[in-house]
This record gives sequence, structure tokens and C-alpha cells, in this order.
Amino acid sequence: MDAIVSVKPLLAVLAALAGSLLVMLSGKRPNVRESFSTLAAAIMFCIVLSMVPDVAPAPLGQGRTLVCPLASLLPGVNIAFRADPFSMIFALAASFLWIIAVFYSMGYMRGLREHAQTRFNACFALALFGAMGVAFSDSLLTLYLFYEIVSITTYPLVAHHQDEEGYEGAKKYIVYLTTTAKGLILPAMILIYVLTGSLDFAHNIRQGIFPPDVNALLVTILYVCCILGFAKNGIMPFHNWLPGAMVAPTPVSALLHAVAVVKVGVFCTTRVMLYVFGTDIMQALNLGVPTAYFVSFTILAASIIALSKDNLKARLAYSTVSQLSYIVLGVALLTPDGIQGGLIHIANHAFSKITLFFCAGAIYVATHKKSISEMSGLGRVMPFTFAAFAVASLSMIGAPPVAGFVTKWKLLVGAMEMPAHSTGILLVLLASTILNAAYFAPVTYRAFFGKRPDGEADTGIQEAPLAMVVPLMIAAFISLIMGIYPDFFMMFVKAVTG
Amino acid sequence: MDFLTISTLGYPLLSILIFLPLAGAAVLPLLRSDNAARYWALIVTIAVAVLSLQLYSHFDPSSARYQFGETMPWITSLHINYTVGVDGISLLLVLMTTLLMPLCVLGSWRYIEKRVKEFMFCLLLMETSMVGVFAALDFVLFYVLWEAMLIPMYLLIAIWGGPRKEYASIKFFLYTLAGSVLLLAAIIGLYLSQGTFSIPAMMGKPYSMIFQTCVFLAFFLAFAIKVPMFPFHTWLPAAHVEAPTAGSVILASVLLKMGTYGFLRFCLPITPDATRMFLPYVLWLSVAGILYGGFTALAQKDMKKLIAYSSVGHMGFVTLGIFVLNQRGIEGAILQMLNHGITTGALFFCVGMIYERTHSRELDHAAGIGKFVPIYVTFLTVFSLSSLAFPGTNSFTGEFLILSGSFAKHKLLSACAIPGAVLAAAYMLRMLQRMIWGGTKNPEHAGLTDLSAREVIILAPLLVFVFWIGFAPAPFMNVMHASVSQLIEQAGVHSAQAPSMASLMFP
Repeated sequence: MDAIVSVKPLLAVLAALAGSLLVMLSGKRPNVRESFSTLAAAIMFCIVLSMVPDVAPAPLGQGRTLVCPLASLLPGVNIAFRADPFSMIFALAASFLWIIAVFYSMGYMRGLREHAQTRFNACFALALFGAMGVAFSDSLLTLYLFYEIVSITTYPLVAHHQDEEGYEGAKKYIVYLTTTAKGLILPAMILIYVLTGSLDFAHNIRQGIFPPDVNALLVTILYVCCILGFAKNGIMPFHNWLPGAMVAPTPVSALLHAVAVVKVGVFCTTRVMLYVFGTDIMQALNLGVPTAYFVSFTILAASIIALSKDNLKARLAYSTVSQLSYIVLGVALLTPDGIQGGLIHIANHAFSKITLFFCAGAIYVATHKKSISEMSGLGRVMPFTFAAFAVASLSMIGAPPVAGFVTKWKLLVGAMEMPAHSTGILLVLLASTILNAAYFAPVTYRAFFGKRPDGEADTGIQEAPLAMVVPLMIAAFISLIMGIYPDFFMMFVKAVTG
Repeated sequence: MDFLTISTLGYPLLSILIFLPLAGAAVLPLLRSDNAARYWALIVTIAVAVLSLQLYSHFDPSSARYQFGETMPWITSLHINYTVGVDGISLLLVLMTTLLMPLCVLGSWRYIEKRVKEFMFCLLLMETSMVGVFAALDFVLFYVLWEAMLIPMYLLIAIWGGPRKEYASIKFFLYTLAGSVLLLAAIIGLYLSQGTFSIPAMMGKPYSMIFQTCVFLAFFLAFAIKVPMFPFHTWLPAAHVEAPTAGSVILASVLLKMGTYGFLRFCLPITPDATRMFLPYVLWLSVAGILYGGFTALAQKDMKKLIAYSSVGHMGFVTLGIFVLNQRGIEGAILQMLNHGITTGALFFCVGMIYERTHSRELDHAAGIGKFVPIYVTFLTVFSLSSLAFPGTNSFTGEFLILSGSFAKHKLLSACAIPGAVLAAAYMLRMLQRMIWGGTKNPEHAGLTDLSAREVIILAPLLVFVFWIGFAPAPFMNVMHASVSQLIEQAGVHSAQAPSMASLMFP
């Protein structure tokens, strides 16, 4: 794959940073502020889109990699950007969803008359700055740099309400994320540098960057550090920050759980699995199957916990924990279809999960209700919101023709392609599908067919503001499109596996 | 004098840098007003800083020799010479000292209200001795300046210090003096053995093992107190808490570096065999310091104490880098000495600025100031992130180098230092969280004013260096390669007789 130097990846990253600075400067003028946010999001998406003709494989594009070296700390330790098919999956999803998230949060924050909206908008843009940096990073150091930037800049978002609960949740959030990053990723990164003399990513998913005669035990330890160290990926046992961060305003939860933070986590994990270790070493050291079983525990346990949650956002949070592990599971299968299924779930889960969170926020703004048990019959007064919710939850379950079905199909095929252990993985996938249905279906059923509580029939509850309903409808619609016509993202995913 | 490249500038640059502050100090008593003294001190320190830039521009990075050399007889009967010169190890430290001093003068502008002239006199005297210590290549000259530094520093704490200034200044003085006495004994021992006081002439000589051990221990104690290495650190928090802002900055940024500089300049090249024998102990002490400093900093309520204990941890990383005895480790250590000077200096300035406003160093009293002083907390955030080695800042580059040096040699030991890096994030983020956000009930800060232009001028240059070293450290690294390679060669010359105690402690 030939590489050409281009500033586009850098520009895409800087668009969010510039947007954030402009938001800070615009201060107390809400309309100016929000138009800067929108503008930055739109510009970022356009830049990312403009890379498609270069990066996309033939026939749509030229199948090239765009690289942009920026700084060099030491020989082999560089800060550099790269746009390849793998980064495009995440970058396209994140930059598009930022646009609709800006509109949605405008509706949400103004609807609830929240305080400190400038800080909120600025940090929101900074989080996207970090996420885009992760997507386009070309070395482990760049990846780590932007991973940490996301941790720091989302702290103010989680602590937004500035009450006891907010500070508690935010503290847990930052403690989990920085401890794992500094305690596991930092030493792993340094050891990788000591072993290989370079932190740049490999150019395909097979070779990795390790020399052939490397100590197997050491590589295994490093691998475990990398799987657990990117704790934003929500893999148990370091998942507990995620439910704790639910105290944040809903647009933040949507951003955190669907677009930026957790996706940064799984993106980093899978990027390192494929482009630092490589499938050859993972196969040789037999790391794939244990990883698959390890994350299977998270998939099942988180689903079971989700069943027990009555708070809608908490249920969605545990659903996120469970779904993220699909992505890692897919890559750990080490078969082409498995990897494709895992990677396409980055985009699929992003669109579907953001829809669900948007719905939860719209319900809260319209009715101030957080618990599922209070939502009986709401579907009849908020039909659009709950229709979107139904579509997105079908995607989570993996039912056709919504996006999640593509993931599930690919994962099942990938599991069957495995030379051994395929039965266990298949059982996990089937069990989790049933569990997903068990915790999502009742929400929709109750909303449309449940009985409204007494005395609530005429309280005049109606749909949330348009600024919220339109974005969530768009996200749901795209989830549907991605199920019927998955080729766009599939094209990039297939280019990754070659 | 094959180790010295005589200055070709046509004028004695190093001597000017050393004695210009002294000459400036001599003029101070003639000035009438306090303001005149402030401006004069600022002019002198800026002049020295500007002149010192030539050191960098005329330095030849390909040579490991001492450059800008000057030598002349001083006390001929005892073979004492006035010899100065800088190499890749001392160059950056000299530059850091000269560039920090104008900021220290600016930082004391409002803070010092009584005896301004005397204060500036002490500062200029400090500058002379500090530049001199880093440039001296004669042991007597080194020792005289080393001791001369104690007096103005003692005065800075004892006169302009806080409520417990007597206790702190005496403790500081006694600790450092105890170390100095041993240093003197080692110097005399070396003189009796070699018949010269020239520092480079003492390197690489075949001393007996027992002699090396004695000299190393004397050196080690003197420098370990200065660094300070755990468990010789107890004077540091007391001195930092009581010292005025400029005193804390000088103490943290420059004086602590003298200890690690001493390790590099004396222990490694003069007593290489003893260094390697004691190496495991020193390494484990460094790790202990890293962890101890981190845990203790986590528990502090006083901001200055917090930063003081964080220094113990950070300097532990520096000694770790020095004693792994490889290129990356030592280069990382030198870079980290610079980084610690920049970052911790900046943090002490930041604490001083809050103290000038609220007259308190308590973390709880400063809780939740973020809303009222946005510019201040922006600076504070960057410097705190730098202190916890956030990627893209100066300390990250240093820590990365040190750890990659130490992981290459001792994996288990290095892994034990990692919790120290985690703790650094914990105490720094805790401080940031308290100061910017606080809790649900914060003290009233409505009258707080944000940074003035003078204060921004103090912090902005340090901010530039934080990112410069963080993203493009090459200009700083290039000057040290040759000298560090030579140092490693010197430290490993007599490896044949080195007892392999290391192999016993690192399976």
C-alpha cells in the first residue's frame, strides 16, 4: 500500500481544537458559540470525507495511506498521523456523529437550562479533538498522547453538575482511566520501545513490529497490559468507571458511550492488537482464543447486570460494556470474517448506541423520567422517539435489517471459521443475543403497549424539542441504512483485512 | 590540559557569567530606593541570561571536551588553579540557571517588601556561586563556591522566610554542611593521592578499591543530601515551605540539581568501580524515593509541601537514570534535571502567586478558584500536567528516556518505579481538582484577581520550554551525546575488577 504525505489528517484533528478555542472565546453569546461548534464539526466531517477518495480501496478510491509526520522525540519515537482504512472507520463515524450531537446537545442543554454551557461545549470539542487524534495516530506514542487527552478533557463533562454525585463519578472516572493508562500502557509502551526500537505502527495487520526472536513470555505480558490498560474499552474488571460516569448530562453519556470515549478505548485496543502485535504473533503465541474467552465473560456478565437495572441510562451503560467486548472478541478470533465483524461494530455500535442515549435524553427532557418502570405507555405520546429506540435496540440485539445484524453475521461466520473452539464462541454469541433481547425488548414493549400510570393521561407530555428528535431520528435512520446497505463501511473493513 | 578547549571568543565568557552578578551585587548598596534595586537586579540578571546564550550558540556538540575553558594559577603552592569550562553535562544546567534568575527577580517584585536591596544582593550572590559550581573544573574552586552558596540561601530562608524560618534554615544549613564536610575529606584524600585539584585529571585513575569505596561514600552522602535522596530528604519540605517564592524556585530548580550533577561529575568518572559496587543499593533507594515521595505528596494539605515531596519522587527518577549507567538513562536524567527545574520552578511560582493573593498555602483555602482566575489555572494545569509527565510535555520525554534506559537493564526494578508515575498523576490531578473545582462548598473567592502582565511574563517562557522539550527535544539532546558517551566509557573503564554484586540483586 503506497503512502503519500498529506496534511489532511492533521487538519481534521486541528478542526476540533480550533472549534474549542473559538467556543471559549465566544463566551456568553450562545448562538455564536453553538455556530462555532457546528462549523467545526461540519468542517471536520468534510475533511474526513475528502480523504475517502484517497484512502478507500478501488474502485471508489485509490487505496493509498495518507501520512503526516509532525515531531520526533527520539529516533523511532514519533508523533505522526496516518489515515488508513482502519482509521477511516472510526473517523467517519465520530465526525459525522459529532455534527448531530452538537444539535442534540443544544436542544438538551437549553431545554434544561443547564449551567456552564460554554465549558461544556468547549470540552465536548476537545474530546472530539482527542478522539480524532486517536483515529489518525500513526504511532503508539501518538495514540497514548491523544488517549490521555480524551481522559483529561472529558473530566469536566462528567463532573458537569458539580454536585456530590458528579464529583464522585468523575473521580472514579479519572482514577480508573489514568491509573490503568499510566500503570499499564506507559510501561508496556516503554518496553515495546526497548525491545523494538520503534513505536510506529506496522503497515498491515499480520507482521506487527516485534522482531522474530523476541521473548514469548515478555510479549504475552505486554499484550495483557495493552488489553487491560486501555480501560476505556470497558473490559471487566476495569469497567466500573463507565456506570459511574452516568451522572453526566445525557449528551455526554451519548458521546462517552457511543462515540468518543469508549470507542477510543476499543479502537486503541484493536489498533494495538493488529498493528503492534499483529495476527502472526497472536497466532504463534496462541493469544487469540484466551482473549476471546476473557472478553466473553464481560459480554455475558454485563448483559446480566443490565437486566437488573431499572434506570434506563444504567441499562444502556451496561449494554455498552457488553457490546464493546464484541469488537475485541471479533478481532481476537483472528479469522478475516471475525476481524471484519469486530471492526465494523465500531461504526454500527456508534450509530445505534447514540440513538438509544439520545432517546433516553429526549425522554428525560420531555418527562423528567429516568426509570424504565415509569415509561409505560409513553410510546403513544412520543412515537418518534420510541420508534427510533425500537430500531436501535433491534440493532443491539442483532436482528435484520438493522446495522447490528451485519456484525452478528460476520462474528458468527468468523467464529465458525476458527480451527478450534468455535462451539464455545458460538454459544457465547447466541446467549448474549438472547440476553440483549431480554433487556431491550421490554423497554419498547412497555412504552407502546403498557398502561399509562393513573392520572398521567392528560398531563400534556409530548415529544422533546425538534433539535433533539431530528438528530435521534437521523441516527436511527442511518442505523437502518447500515443494515440494508453495509457496503460503505464494509469496504474499509475489508481493506483492513486485505 | 588535554581535556580543556580554551575559549576562542576573545573574551572570558564563563568568568563574565560568574562574576557579572557579583559585580552587580556590589553596586546594589549604592542604590537609593527599593525599586531601583529591583530594576538593577533585573537588568543584571537579564544581561547574564542574554550573554549566556552564546554558550549554546558557540558550543561544539561533537566534542566531549570541556569548552569555553579558562585557566590561571590561583594558589600555586598548593597547586590550586582557577579552571572553568563546560561540557555537554553542565551546559544546560548553566543555561537553566542564568535563564531562571530574571524570572526569580520578577517573581519577588511584590512578594518581598522589606530589605529589598539585601534580598537582591543575596539573589545575585547565589547566581555567581551557582554558575560557578557548574563551571568549576578545579576542586577547590568547586568547593569554595559550593559552600558560598549555602550562606545566601540560608539568609534567604532565615530573613524572608515564613513563621518557622529559624527551624527550617538551621536544618537546611546543618544537613548540607554535614554533607560538605565529607565532601572536603574526599577532596583532600584525592589530592593526597594525585597531587592535583584538577577534576578532569582525577578521572579514570587506577585507585584501589578500598580508596574508591571511601571516596564514593563520602561523595555519595554529600550529594545524596543535596538531591535529596530518600532517606536524606527531611530538610527539603521544611526549607521549601518556609522559603520565599524565589528561594523555593532556586532551591528546587538549581540547588537540587547540584547533587545529581555531583554524581555525574564525580562519582561516576572518579570512582567507577565503587559506583558499580553500590549501584544496586542506589537504584533501590531511588525507587524507594520515587514511591515514598509519591505517597507522601498524596497526603499533603499544604501546596508547597506537596510540590516539595513530589520533588523527592522526581529526583528519584533522575538518580535512577544516572545509575542505570547507559546512554538513554543518563541522557534522560540530565534532561529530567532540566525539566524538573522548569516545571517545579513554575509550580512554585504558581503557589507564590496564590499566596500573594490569599496569604495561605492551604489547598483547602484555594479550593474552587478556577472560575475566578482562568488564566492562572490554565498555566497551573499545564505545569501540573508536565509534572505528572503527561505525553507532549517536557517531563514525559525525560521520564520516557530514563525508563527506557532502566527497562533495558533491570525490568523488575523499573516495574517497581511505575507506581511512582501513577502516584504522580494521582497527587497532581488531586491538587488540580481541588484548586480548579473544589467541592460543593468552596470558600469565597469573589475578590480574586487574575494574573498581571508581570506574572504572565514569568510563567510564559517556562510554558514554551514545557512544550518545546515535550515535542522537539533534539536541540537539548544533541549537546549532551558526546559527553555522555565519554562518561559511560569512563564509568566502565575498569570493569574487569568490578565485583558483580549487581548479579546477586538482579536475578
